[in-house]
Amino acid sequence: MTDQNVNAAAAEVELYGALKDKEPPKEPRSQWRDVWDQFRKHKGALIGGGFLLFITLAVLIGPLIWTVDAKQLDIRNKDMRPLYTLLWDSTARTSWEKPLGSDNLGRDILATLIAGGRASMAVGWTAMILALSIGTAIGVCAGYFRRLDGPLMRLTDLFLSLPILPLLLVAVTLFRQPLRANFGPETGMFILIVGVIGITSWMQTARIVRGEILALKEREFILAARSIGTTPFKIIRRHLLPNVVSPIMVSATLGLATAIITESALSFLGVGFPSDFPTWGKLLSDAVPRMEEFPERVMLPGILISLTVLSVNYLGDGLRDALDPRIRGR
Amino acid sequence: MLTYTIRRLVLSIPTLLFISIVIFLLLQLAPGDPMAQVPLTVPPEVKQQMREALGLGAPIHVQYWKWLVQFFWIEPQVFVDWLTRDSFFFGWLPDTNLYTGQLRVISWQTRSPVMDIVVQRLPQTLWVVGMSYIVGILIALPIGIYSAYRQYSLFDQAGTFVSMIGFSIPPFFSGVLVIVIFSVNLGWFPSIYDTTHVVTDWASFKVQLNQMILPVMVLALQTTAQISRFMRASMLDNLNQDYVRTARAKGLKESVVVLVHVLRNSMIPIITVIALGIPSIFGGAIITETLFKVNGIGQLLLTALFANDLPMVMTLTFIFAVLIVLFNLIADVLYGILDPRIRYD
Repeated sequence: MTDQNVNAAAAEVELYGALKDKEPPKEPRSQWRDVWDQFRKHKGALIGGGFLLFITLAVLIGPLIWTVDAKQLDIRNKDMRPLYTLLWDSTARTSWEKPLGSDNLGRDILATLIAGGRASMAVGWTAMILALSIGTAIGVCAGYFRRLDGPLMRLTDLFLSLPILPLLLVAVTLFRQPLRANFGPETGMFILIVGVIGITSWMQTARIVRGEILALKEREFILAARSIGTTPFKIIRRHLLPNVVSPIMVSATLGLATAIITESALSFLGVGFPSDFPTWGKLLSDAVPRMEEFPERVMLPGILISLTVLSVNYLGDGLRDALDPRIRGR
Repeated sequence: MLTYTIRRLVLSIPTLLFISIVIFLLLQLAPGDPMAQVPLTVPPEVKQQMREALGLGAPIHVQYWKWLVQFFWIEPQVFVDWLTRDSFFFGWLPDTNLYTGQLRVISWQTRSPVMDIVVQRLPQTLWVVGMSYIVGILIALPIGIYSAYRQYSLFDQAGTFVSMIGFSIPPFFSGVLVIVIFSVNLGWFPSIYDTTHVVTDWASFKVQLNQMILPVMVLALQTTAQISRFMRASMLDNLNQDYVRTARAKGLKESVVVLVHVLRNSMIPIITVIALGIPSIFGGAIITETLFKVNGIGQLLLTALFANDLPMVMTLTFIFAVLIVLFNLIADVLYGILDPRIRYD
């Protein structure tokens, strides 16, 4: 009995031997490992991602390390210069207590920069997530349900033809008072700015997601899922959304960059957060009148905004290459 | 193509109407009071009369209808009258005299027609922002062509980096930066744009050139960054096509292959991109105009907003929307005309 079995197995090996690989197959690799390997090759993206992580951590745990209160007035020690000015001007007023100097009311610039970064990054991340959720929801609905496609895409086109910056200015200027009265000056302004940025920047995501969904919907695995009776909601959650993650992630980086710039621009034009609540754009615009004497107060927040946006853009560039299976592996 | 253009034109009417309703409702919902600046000593009933004189007493739909009539019926009449009376091109035509003194869209700040102020402000914006757009395109095209032709060369890498910077540095920082460097430290150019300056001779022309350099530089950096990226991508798409190999194989010079065959084909998408960017010439430079104190359209919108001048804000925002819709249409039609492979119908 056993002999017969062994013989049968041997015959089977003989029969299918040509189809078997000589060497053992390669270790299976997960998709995200491939993505990471490709991402690592893009030096700019790696540095950008690292810098973004650094800035995010710095504004999150910075206040625990540099425990000076950003709103603490210290009139005696006002208009201090940063320590590095000692390199070319040994008579400059500096102090180790205030490594990046202090402003015209004696507030510590390092502490205000950290607090400002906190606000800017919070606005950027929240607005980006809001815009992504709206964009993905509309894109998925328009792509999956044929009846919704027409109206939703017309809506997207309408939003695309709205003049965004003027409308942002209008909305922020006009709705400042009631929101402030209801939620307090800072929370109200936060809700308002995040809301208007989110509502006016979801259109690109929606268009991209719709295009992807339209192509995916016709594939066999969706047909299979539908034929075993999966509900549309489950098909979207289980089969469609994981497949559109990569374009969403790329547009997330773009969205984060535009949200940070838009918030800073609004603050710069004087319609952003109240004046005692620092954000990078606010710090920059407050420093403009005296930039001849204290150029560092303009440069530091400006450089921080630009570097953050630059690193986010590079990150998006690297993600686009890493997540595209046609480019990956080359 | 003609039917497509007509269909798009007809479709753009409901779009624009919807946009105007959105803007109007947004402004109506706003809690700002145009009477806030009136002294407290003015009695309430006089205030009420002033409010009604501004047209605020009527219901919302009446106000909207009046604005619509003023903007689409009365203002064009004034414009046609001006064309046939004072303009250079049509001044020889008999005076039409369409406008018979109906109420136009009146600004609450100056109590003068909004369109008159817009016409006053438009030249400054067009000069500075339009010039920067042209300069940006002229710089971007060669950069894009060359960095695509020598892909991954040092020049290409540098171009990619510079355009990344152009994308990333917001105008309010690059503007401040060039003011600090060129105006404060080096003292080469003025930081304030003097709009009353009149060019009469060579010396005043040089002054005008000097004061235009900084704002044009700031705005052109962004245009260059965008257009050079698009140009590079479009050139790369075409450089690997079969017709390029054919052109080389039949012995054409390299300059002819690249600058005639490839360039002409890759300009098709670029021209639509350029057309899509034109509305931003009229409205997008709010920050740069504020920074360099150019009293153009963007700055007009900003001051009107802060002064709660709703008719002005409404009209300006709507003009921007009209421009965006119009140039979207032009871009699509141009694309169809330039690329015979595109068929819309």
